[in-house]
Amino acid sequence: MPEPLFELIDVVKKYDGRTVLRVKNLKLDENKVYAILGPNGAGKSTLLRLLNMLEEPTSGRIIFQGVDINRAGESARLRMRRQMCMVLQNTYLFNTSVYQNVAYGLQLRGVRGAELERKVKEALSFVGLSDFGSRRALKLSGGETQRVALARAVAVRPQVLLLDEPTASLDPDSVALIEKLVRRIHESTGVTVLIITHNLFQAQRLADEAILLYNGEVIEKAPVAQFFTNPQSDITRRFISGTMIY
Amino acid sequence: MNADLLSSVWQFFCLRGGELSGIVGLSLMVSGSAVIIGAVLGIPLGAFLGLKRFPGRELLLRVIYTLMSLPPVLAGLLVYLLFARTGPLGFLDILFTPPVMVVAQVLLATPIITALSSAAIAAKEKLAMDTARTLGASERQAAWMVIKEARTGILAGIMTGFGRAFGEVGAVMLVGGNVRYQTRVLTTSIVLETRQGNYEFAIALGLILLLLSFVVSSVLLKIDDSKLR
Repeated sequence: MPEPLFELIDVVKKYDGRTVLRVKNLKLDENKVYAILGPNGAGKSTLLRLLNMLEEPTSGRIIFQGVDINRAGESARLRMRRQMCMVLQNTYLFNTSVYQNVAYGLQLRGVRGAELERKVKEALSFVGLSDFGSRRALKLSGGETQRVALARAVAVRPQVLLLDEPTASLDPDSVALIEKLVRRIHESTGVTVLIITHNLFQAQRLADEAILLYNGEVIEKAPVAQFFTNPQSDITRRFISGTMIY
Repeated sequence: MNADLLSSVWQFFCLRGGELSGIVGLSLMVSGSAVIIGAVLGIPLGAFLGLKRFPGRELLLRVIYTLMSLPPVLAGLLVYLLFARTGPLGFLDILFTPPVMVVAQVLLATPIITALSSAAIAAKEKLAMDTARTLGASERQAAWMVIKEARTGILAGIMTGFGRAFGEVGAVMLVGGNVRYQTRVLTTSIVLETRQGNYEFAIALGLILLLLSFVVSSVLLKIDDSKLR
């Protein structure tokens, strides 16, 4: 059995004494697409932030590629973080050109000169924005902004892609395009994708497995077919049938 | 502006052009130096206050905000007492010289640059910092990115600080003494010309002051704009 990419053991995250996440055990494998589901405040974003090392767990262990990230030194943590990329819920593009936005992550990894230019162009072409390099990033539409955010993440060829509601507030065409891009990224690079979504159809379209979080706990983790047709938990049943009352 | 005023202004330039260029040069030198020193002190302090959370931060911010409205004449008085012959720094013997005018204006410009930089950086802190980190930035690289993202606000602080220094009269009058060819700047010249009833000259000086402020702001905004490319 291959080693999981991530393993969370007794992970608890509290803010001001309030527990927002409590995961007894969760394993995430390589080369899979996971849909993270759950109502608002379930702890979905917190989970992704912990995996991306943007925050520390209050207690417990997070193992990434066999290494306990909370025990790793600062430089080791940075090396590990550079194997991931996250698109935040409130996508933020830097107040510069589209080119510079996409180049930033590569520059942090020491890519320079012709190689940098080639990789930025590849990434922009990947998301269908080849001609957008010189444009001001803050002048883009919502859909274009998300595509630049994806290009920025794809450019660095991460092993893990963390997407926090990447299609929220986008029109149906943009949603379809982003989904197509996520599928292409996964298929072409084998990147592990964790995507938070409130769109159950999107979860079924994109994911290999679905994970339901509720009140900070993992209620169910299962292949999407099983998750949606034969859920094991009553909470999952109520969640996917839309009858859950918070 | 009527023909008489224009004629007076022209006469002023013809008669006292040499003195005027000295006044303009000294004004720019004193306020420019004060703003550069204020930026060197204020931007790092503003960045620290914008990025870090620590006990006493709120109190420190309140003190800085209060100092933003420090009356120029009070700043001048404090600097005067500091550099007067009997003051703790009296041995330097720089009262009524341009360096002490710079000190007084640093006192006025620094809180403004600090407070506006801090506010600009704090506004960008969460999202820009997180975004940089998600792309693989270290804490220091992410902090630098936040400062870069807040540059428009920081530049606004610098411009406001320059405006405050360039346009004030109380402090430079007190510590500079408005000595002709030595410490006379645009604002103290305006006061002098007004007192002597040379209103046209005073207005002409005021227009020059505004024009120079416009040029300095335009240059700073151009710098900000060029960073976006």
